[in-house]
Amino acid sequence: MESADKQKQIMDELLTDLLPKKFGIQGKLWVAFLLVIIGVGLYAYVQQLTTGLIVTDMRDFTSWGIYISNFVFFVAISLVGSLISAVLKLTNVAWRTPLVRISEIIAVAAIAFASIIIIVDMGRPERFWHLFVYGRIQSPILWDVIVISTYFTISLLLLYIPMLPDIAICRDQLKDIPKWKQKIYKMLALNWSDGHRQYAIVNRSIRTLAILIIPLALSIHTVTSWLFATTFRAGWDSTNFGPYFVSGAFMVGAASVIAVMYVLGHHYDLKKYITAKHYDNMGKLLVLLSLIYLYFNINEYLVPAYKMKVLEGEHLKALFYGDYAPMFWSVQILGMVVPIIVLLFKKGRSPLPLFIISIFVVVGAWFKRFLIVTPTLLHPFVPIQHVPKSWLHYSPTWQEWAITSATLAGALLVVTLFVRFFPIIPIWEMAEEKGIHMTKKR
Amino acid sequence: MEENSNNSRRGFLKAGLLTGAIAATGLGAFEALSNPEKENSGDTVKLLSPDGKIIEVDSAHINPHIPEFLVAGGGIREGVPGKRFVMVIDLSRCKNAGKCRKACSKMHYLPESRSFVKIERMQDAESTAPYWMPMTCFHCDNPPCTKVCPVDATFKLTDGRVGIDNTRCIGCRFCMVACPYSARVFNWGEDLYKMTDEEIEKAKKHKACSTHVLGTVEKCDFCPHKAGNNEIPDCVSACPNGVFYFGDENEDVVSNGDETVRLSQLIREKAGYRYLEDLGTKPRVYYLPPANRQFPFKEAPVENI
Repeated sequence: MESADKQKQIMDELLTDLLPKKFGIQGKLWVAFLLVIIGVGLYAYVQQLTTGLIVTDMRDFTSWGIYISNFVFFVAISLVGSLISAVLKLTNVAWRTPLVRISEIIAVAAIAFASIIIIVDMGRPERFWHLFVYGRIQSPILWDVIVISTYFTISLLLLYIPMLPDIAICRDQLKDIPKWKQKIYKMLALNWSDGHRQYAIVNRSIRTLAILIIPLALSIHTVTSWLFATTFRAGWDSTNFGPYFVSGAFMVGAASVIAVMYVLGHHYDLKKYITAKHYDNMGKLLVLLSLIYLYFNINEYLVPAYKMKVLEGEHLKALFYGDYAPMFWSVQILGMVVPIIVLLFKKGRSPLPLFIISIFVVVGAWFKRFLIVTPTLLHPFVPIQHVPKSWLHYSPTWQEWAITSATLAGALLVVTLFVRFFPIIPIWEMAEEKGIHMTKKR
Repeated sequence: MEENSNNSRRGFLKAGLLTGAIAATGLGAFEALSNPEKENSGDTVKLLSPDGKIIEVDSAHINPHIPEFLVAGGGIREGVPGKRFVMVIDLSRCKNAGKCRKACSKMHYLPESRSFVKIERMQDAESTAPYWMPMTCFHCDNPPCTKVCPVDATFKLTDGRVGIDNTRCIGCRFCMVACPYSARVFNWGEDLYKMTDEEIEKAKKHKACSTHVLGTVEKCDFCPHKAGNNEIPDCVSACPNGVFYFGDENEDVVSNGDETVRLSQLIREKAGYRYLEDLGTKPRVYYLPPANRQFPFKEAPVENI
């Protein structure tokens, strides 16, 4: 048992390192940048609301576009919450502690913007309530509504409940902030007083939620894949789609945590907490997840390519050496094969290379979802004839790019503002790891 | 001679359709039959009474039965009572005249560039002869589109049709990707398909006609305002070559406007089939193969405009 002095010293160090800090000039510029993107997106959305989806390049054949692929991307990313805070917790992986909250806020932000982008995609967004009043449980969309709202709730709890002791620390330690902010911390801390029973409740809740969130995470992305797999379309008509989507989701989720932890680690100088070991371990995790994803990719493309049924064949040809080949091979090679090769080497898992690879994976994953959604729609059973030529291709309009970028910027803004107001690395869990007893003897 | 046989067939169809209407509405329709104020026309039709007797009535004494759903206040979720609408498309007669498209666009207040009927240039194999294939919504009996609708905005009706409620549709377009026949279209923008107020008033009179509500899905509706009145839809009557037959499966009768025939006999004798049968969607539109063609196939541009 360390002396009380030593304990206080450790705690003070943790507090100075990890309590939320005001934005510097970089932080302010970053927020301003995100706000500008969101502003442009809102302007584009007002146009879409007033004139209809005609402002997009979606038409009767390409009736789903980048809104839907962006939705799938967000749902995919959100799976990381369950990976880091549940799977690694239940398997007693100790090094996960500093990454838990990063992954959970990414999950919450992603799932929130997944819901927003799906409303953006609706032709009649003001009728959103019809889903609740006239909802048909037979429709996969209803399944998605149910599992996504449940997943969002559980993720929010999994973010909030473990944060209670840290909010209490903010309430007690941050004295030179405006009254209203103190009030908010006080309200959010729910009278937390480091009591023995309080910790018991929190620990039990975290464990329950961690178990709950795993089947939910599998459900949200499996159900999302069924939005496609329940149709007859070539390229979607696949029983492989559930695991294919889930494995891709875990991969892009892990990559997004690596990207965020690298940026935060460098910006806030958190090297003491997010160490080389964390990068190495996350690199190993990412290569494992990428290999699983590679396996499902081989299933998804090789089996139909072997048979070459007419429509499946046309769809695959468009991907392998047709219109979509440059994007397809860039995504498969830079977003999957290269990461696997680089990350197999220890040097590849050091911070900077790993960060660059994780950006490749995240960007590749976004375009991969585009490749899943759009090319299929251009290969329907009945040949596309007698329609305006422009309907044969889908190139999103500036409004679609602006709105999509705005949702991505929005998710980043949620993460940024969260870091501004709450400790992104759990102070109390780090303190307990360093041997400090947070529980007051009462 | 030809004329006469056609007439008698028409009479037969009329009687058949009326029988169905009376059977469906029961005694109510019979009250209309005993209207004494009308003078006899001398033209009699045979009818089946509810107790199974065949009776002969002067046609002047028959008031047209107006299905409930066509009366103001009737819902678009109600099918025409007693009917199971069905269509047969004879590919050996189609020469891509395009009249069905035009009539459909006119009937549905659509610009000429858009119609709920498509005439596809089909060729089953490289070595086989190409042919023209008109396609409407197939009003499947196991429709993949209604299955996926999250808000019951598209649904199967008792008369076999697949309907759409444009006041309910949220515009998610799941039905469009679920339909393997690309039968559904979306109202992307108002300017493209906007109807005048006058047109909307007219369209509202015949209930089920879509008014191109922005941000919702629409498609061929089998023209219930015509079908429910024992008339054939405009695409059928507009075709100069009698390609389309329309009718009622319950009565086993279809007509292309010129001739009225037994549905079962037609598809049996001419080897009728349904497009992409193995998908299991059970379309209500049958095709007769392009054998013994009435016209030589003439290539026409099918490029996209």
